[in-house]
Amino acid sequence: MSETKKTDAGASVPRQASAPEDREVLLRVEGLTKHFPIKKGILQRQVAAVKAVDGIDFEVRKGETLGVVGESGCGKSTMGRVITRLQDPTGGSIHFEGRDITRLSTAKMRPLRRDIQMIFQDPYGSLNPRHTIGSIVSAPFRLQGVEPEGGVKKEVQRLLELVGLSPEHYNRYPHEFSGGQRQRIGIARALALKPKLVVADEPVSALDVSIQAQVVNLMDDLQQELGLTYVIIAHDLSVVRHVSDRVAVMYLGKMVELADSTKLYETPMHPYTKALMSAVPVPDPNRRGAKSDRILLKGDVPSPIKPPSGCRFHTRCWKATQVCKTTEPLLLELRPGQRVACHHPEGAPDQAPQDVVLLSAAREAAELVPDEVTDKAPAEPVATGSDKAPAEPAAAEEAAVTEEPAAEKAGSASDSAAAEADRQESTDQ
Amino acid sequence: MTELSNTSAAVGEPTSAGTASEAFLRVRDLKVHFPTDDGLVKSVDGLTFSLEKGRTLAVVGESGSGKSVTSQAIMGLHRLGTRGKNVQMSGEIWLGGKELVSAAPDEVRKLRGREMAMIFQDPLSAMHPYYTIGNQIVEAYRVHHKVSKKVARARAIEMLDRVGIPEPGKRVDSYPHEFSGGMRQRAMIAMALVNNPELLIADEPTTALDVTVQAQILDLIRDLQKEFGSAVIMITHDLGVVAEIADDVLVMYGGRCVERGPLAEVFEKPQHPYTWGLLGSMPRIDRETSERLIPVKGSPPSLINVPSGCAFNPRCPYADLPKGNVTRTVRPELELADGGHWSACHLSTEDRTRIWTEEIAPKL
Repeated sequence: MSETKKTDAGASVPRQASAPEDREVLLRVEGLTKHFPIKKGILQRQVAAVKAVDGIDFEVRKGETLGVVGESGCGKSTMGRVITRLQDPTGGSIHFEGRDITRLSTAKMRPLRRDIQMIFQDPYGSLNPRHTIGSIVSAPFRLQGVEPEGGVKKEVQRLLELVGLSPEHYNRYPHEFSGGQRQRIGIARALALKPKLVVADEPVSALDVSIQAQVVNLMDDLQQELGLTYVIIAHDLSVVRHVSDRVAVMYLGKMVELADSTKLYETPMHPYTKALMSAVPVPDPNRRGAKSDRILLKGDVPSPIKPPSGCRFHTRCWKATQVCKTTEPLLLELRPGQRVACHHPEGAPDQAPQDVVLLSAAREAAELVPDEVTDKAPAEPVATGSDKAPAEPAAAEEAAVTEEPAAEKAGSASDSAAAEADRQESTDQ
Repeated sequence: MTELSNTSAAVGEPTSAGTASEAFLRVRDLKVHFPTDDGLVKSVDGLTFSLEKGRTLAVVGESGSGKSVTSQAIMGLHRLGTRGKNVQMSGEIWLGGKELVSAAPDEVRKLRGREMAMIFQDPLSAMHPYYTIGNQIVEAYRVHHKVSKKVARARAIEMLDRVGIPEPGKRVDSYPHEFSGGMRQRAMIAMALVNNPELLIADEPTTALDVTVQAQILDLIRDLQKEFGSAVIMITHDLGVVAEIADDVLVMYGGRCVERGPLAEVFEKPQHPYTWGLLGSMPRIDRETSERLIPVKGSPPSLINVPSGCAFNPRCPYADLPKGNVTRTVRPELELADGGHWSACHLSTEDRTRIWTEEIAPKL
């Protein structure tokens, strides 16, 4: 309903109205870790731990949408549950509106629950089948002891209308609704207490495409209307690009890249991001010829119980050298608005230029990487940014990959020139 | 009456590589209905298409549009055991000169696995947890080939190697739970292809997988098709996957085909408002984010009370455009346009071209 109402008004979303850097930080996460112990024997001694989230830092600014992407098992959902304190972190800190909420007790956390809400993936599992919609959506008021203006029932009906359902649905049960409608109920419940931060874990992945678009538009409208801040966790990179202002890419419990959405999708710097982007099928038959851009990653994601040393991606990366195996790269802002944790990033000065000998695994991985990718600018795999590709000598990059020190330097020199030009551009704006 | 004309339309139907009579797989006016306590569920209601060897047909549609039921009908899975009593099937399915709807279950069984095989969405539930991967592939092979276990095992290892499983000689003795999702999908593909089937039906084979693994699996299916020259039916809801792998596209809505044609035709000149809706609903990774998505309003139809007339009319923004109440009373038939492009819509060709080029395409 609401999307038909609004299609004209919000034809283009004025998302980047104010520069995101100026906005106030709502949530700050530092060094966050969450390990799940593996216990064995009668004594239940801890023998190992699943390092689901293993030291991540980021902040969420007021009014923005932060998208979190990654493959299954990279820890993105755990991260979502930890920042909402549904699970206790193992280490690190979480600050909400400047206040440390890392170790707050359940009782102290309760008033804050109003401000931090969650939307879940499974619209079938997240609604109690024995409760009516009215009682599900009014639960937050009951639990928080809030008496909204005009009474609970009136407010719930207003919320149902807000998310595009009919107020008459008040007395119905969840099974009477379709998947898309149930997701709307979940959204109504999350919005009941006017939260400041909404963490949505795969909010649309269980829905059909046409319904998915309805829910994405609804969340967009609600953000405009209520000034919400979203953290949207999803594995669908197209959806995340559509909704996010900034995007974080996770791999095996680490954040490997965090950047403005456009920058990340057009010029990804981390090899993993690049591989991930290139794997997304594009609904355009004309791009079939361009399939050679695709980077096939070798094998599967390693186990989070024993993550690889150094950079966790080094076992599958085609650029990995000795330093990647030994030293963990830090998440550094190598370009304005683009933070990346990589020793050999794309389109930026090499962080370890002296280290040029590829690991043997990397050489094997490089065979799966088409030449077009290694010698073209990083903009290529996502197609749109081809005109923005930094003008760098194609041959130099390719040579760099086939381990020639001189060419490597030439490559990084031109890279740094490109980065410099970028910086210039952004200061001009 | 409607069915009759649907059938007659199919008879003279030319296909892009030869005539319909030569096509390897021909489905004509297929209907699969399930009687339930609530009423008759018309999952598939008059579907006609054909497919040649070496080509890939993508079947697209929302959940409940009848995609999976169609594929199960071709495989003869609706007639197994007690399930057979609860289904009403009619129409024709011709697979290389044999008609399957009227064939005896034993006949179909001989073909299943050998002439036609299927890959399912969820390999964990499609495989038996109690038997090793190798045992399951060996069984599939020995059902159709009179060979010793040793030979069959060697064949299983060969297939596992072919689908890219490392150390196949060792992994052949693993259980399904010891494989990762992508590896299980590979093992299932190995099992489906062990008898060199000429028709491979893949029902959402990559939906449960991560994009990087999905890319690997799609690549594998493409390579294997080239190698074996089989016909592939790819059931999916992801238009990205379709653009990636298909030669032809069939769009299903409410148990019927609303649009069918070669890939480029359907993506570049889609004729049916539902196809426009699908294209408009998809967020694109290769596009700027400022544009809003154009969703299809409402929800998919109930298959018990399919809307009269065009099943899509309650959700169609252009339902009032054709004169009279025709969209709500008369079911549109598939009509052929240039380029082997079929569509079932009451809108006039001029209206469709105008709406697509002026209203829809610029927003995508």
